[in-house]
Amino acid sequence: MSMHVARHWRETPERYRMEAAKCKKCGGIHFPSRLICPDCGTREFETIRLAGKGELVTYTIIRVAPTGFKDLTPYAVGIVKLDEGIQVMGQVVDCNPEQLKVGDRLVTQFRRINEEGKTGMILYGYKFVPDVGL
Amino acid sequence: MVGIVGYGTHIPRYRIKVEEIAKVWGADAPAFKKGLNLNEKSVPAPDEDCATLSVSAARNAIRRAGIDPKELGAVYVGSESHPYAVKPTGTIVSEALGACPHVHTADLEFACKAGTEGIFIALHLVKSGVMSYALGIGADTSQGAPGDALEYSAAAGAAAYVVGAENLVAELLDTHVYMTDTPDFWRREHTHYPEHGGRFTGEPAYEKHLYSAAREMMEKAKMKPENFDYVVFHQPNGKFPANAAKRMGFTEAQYKPGLLCPTLGNTYSGSSPIGLAATLDEAKPGQTILLVSYGSGAGSDAFIFRTTDRLPKVKDLAPRTRKQLDEFKMYIEYGTYAKFRRKILKPE
Amino acid sequence: MKEVAIIGIGMTDWGELWLKSLRDIAVEAALNCLDDAGVAKVDAITIGCMSGGLFNAQEHLGSLVADYLGQRFVPATRVESACASGGLAVKTAYMEVASGLAEYALAIGVEKMTDVDGNEATFALATAADQDYEAFHGITFPGLYAMMAHAHMKKYGTTLEQLSQVTVKNHDNGSMNPHAQFPCKFTLEQVMNSTMVADPMRLLHCSPITDGGAAVLLTTVEVAKKLNKPYAVITGIGHATDTIALAQRKDLVKLEVVEQAAQRALKMAGKTIKDVNFAEVHDCFTIAEIMVMEAIGLVKPGQAGPAVMDGLTALTGKFPINPSGGLKSKGHPVGATGVAQVVEAVAQLRGEAGKRQVKNARIAMTQNMGGSGGSSIIHILEARS
Repeated sequence: MSMHVARHWRETPERYRMEAAKCKKCGGIHFPSRLICPDCGTREFETIRLAGKGELVTYTIIRVAPTGFKDLTPYAVGIVKLDEGIQVMGQVVDCNPEQLKVGDRLVTQFRRINEEGKTGMILYGYKFVPDVGL
Repeated sequence: MVGIVGYGTHIPRYRIKVEEIAKVWGADAPAFKKGLNLNEKSVPAPDEDCATLSVSAARNAIRRAGIDPKELGAVYVGSESHPYAVKPTGTIVSEALGACPHVHTADLEFACKAGTEGIFIALHLVKSGVMSYALGIGADTSQGAPGDALEYSAAAGAAAYVVGAENLVAELLDTHVYMTDTPDFWRREHTHYPEHGGRFTGEPAYEKHLYSAAREMMEKAKMKPENFDYVVFHQPNGKFPANAAKRMGFTEAQYKPGLLCPTLGNTYSGSSPIGLAATLDEAKPGQTILLVSYGSGAGSDAFIFRTTDRLPKVKDLAPRTRKQLDEFKMYIEYGTYAKFRRKILKPE
Repeated sequence: MKEVAIIGIGMTDWGELWLKSLRDIAVEAALNCLDDAGVAKVDAITIGCMSGGLFNAQEHLGSLVADYLGQRFVPATRVESACASGGLAVKTAYMEVASGLAEYALAIGVEKMTDVDGNEATFALATAADQDYEAFHGITFPGLYAMMAHAHMKKYGTTLEQLSQVTVKNHDNGSMNPHAQFPCKFTLEQVMNSTMVADPMRLLHCSPITDGGAAVLLTTVEVAKKLNKPYAVITGIGHATDTIALAQRKDLVKLEVVEQAAQRALKMAGKTIKDVNFAEVHDCFTIAEIMVMEAIGLVKPGQAGPAVMDGLTALTGKFPINPSGGLKSKGHPVGATGVAQVVEAVAQLRGEAGKRQVKNARIAMTQNMGGSGGSSIIHILEARS
């Protein structure tokens, strides 16, 4: 079982805290962060934390899953437009995937994404759940 | 003066009923339900574990506390189902909250008492003046062996408490502890499910430690059951805490708000901490709460809290516990439950 | 820049080629091509292969293929653009000839996908997506295209029936292709009722896992003229990239990368889409063919579904698409597809496509795409005699 410790650890700020880069010149928000703003070419950013709330733009239900995701099959993966204006892809869980609708309000939650086999690293990150306004 | 600044819980969405489990093992569901005062329990999804539950509960506690995570001087996660045997859950939580790097972090274990253990340490650290805020979390996704009595009640959930010296929602009046070495329930290394002493888990274990800690706490504080508005005991099933309360002279009205086990199950390290959170959701300012946990092996931590005027202002800053328990649930049957809980033998 | 012609084409059979290794397939395709051209020695080789490393634990394909093709000391370049590696190989060979660096440049596309099991193949294919922000979350390629399909159906009313008709048409064509992996026909019902893979994409909307190779030989038009046989000229090339992650595209229902590539290719060729007679497009999933039809300007946005039902793109229609059978029927050995599209286009332009012959095939477009629309390479080819 191959271990990719550094590659996953490096993504901690994005996966654990949804840290994004806000361009100091044009205000564009980039998730994940970048070294150069694709819109205005500036190389200076400030770090912000995305609130993790948004609207479901499109989704699919995965019925033939890749390795590591079979326990959750069938599961929904969607593109969510966050309130900050950017789009992010993630699983949509804690719901019946057949009952999802484009336009549903979702919020992020810290969840297990995968593991590197039974003895390897556990990979955590964000998934979306229905915003039930609790 | 120290106490609770913010509290939060996280209860997974899935549930399974006692009948579903009993059906598979040919057991007498009504007898179990009556004997344990238990109807259904929470089930963690395959992508939930003690770390994820802790993070969600902690985020809710921080919302109510209204602090910047970087102000936390310590984060303790108490569980008997830490995701790694060696590698702290606490740092996963600290990192996810944004509290790193100047935060004392540790994992705690003591069967079901690991949650209040962290809260106990957090409170006394703040009291000693060495930090302004600390976070104690009790979280579990424990397993019961298939077909065993514990399978009906082993559930999942987490509760988190931000404690500090100002902006309290509940002031800590006092603490008391009672510990002995009593082997009522254990799990050896490299085994999958715990074992227990059957009826030995009653009088010499749960009762002796919980009742002693409760009675001695009240004596120390010069208080009687009628001086409390609420009492929250560790709840391995719906019967033990109710019996304990009655025998000590508490009324149903005092323990009912904090008794979630009948529809939640036993959340182990989350058990009494979640009960306390549900109680805080209901309590008014100036009310007194007795909290006594129990952890097999064995011991009890006791706390007396008094709510403040700030409590009503924070209740709805995060999801209320009974709302999560009662309103946001999805039932599954045993096959899905066994798959979720990895009880099915797979090649890899 | 010199004008560039294609004077040789070749393919292997496409399918599960248990007896043939990666190098066997590359060499067989190349030899078929060189025999077709009547040329023995080349000056440059480009190889389009998405991942010899992940499928076969073999990199350094330039050295390997030149060696086993018997073209010792010939410079060889392996290029990669996920599933558009083949189209990129043709473009790179074009550059060798157009710049005067090579007289005969051989472009080979190859992929040997069955040396790994299904899970590993899926993992290798997923490297065409954003590893940390898409694949990490459990998305698959059918899933990425399914999300676009879902949005397209919602915005334009594209139907399951229209998507399924793409498969029916491509299999009708592929059933006449001796090299195709699945030369069988399907009814619309069979396609519409096939197992769901990622809503709404069903099994028969998805291209398969395939082993296969294809090759084309490029040279200058000057040289081609001397051969006194029909040949094709590459008159336009368009190459564009877009965001690797689907979530960051500006418009989920539009393949802007294809729109850009098509505009560039047509401009270079001095043509409009109306001048093109037929096209080989990248139907990795049926929705891709639908969206490509709109992106190249063949139909208005949202109109591709109805156009397919009307038969616009059938073999006997006004604008045949995928006379070869497309990726769906012919197969999709990822690195080879882009080259095979050019092989088909040239065969058609020479009038050698037999039962699959498109009438009046004078100007062709081949459209090859990488990932979920992160890259696309389009070639415009014209018949010359």
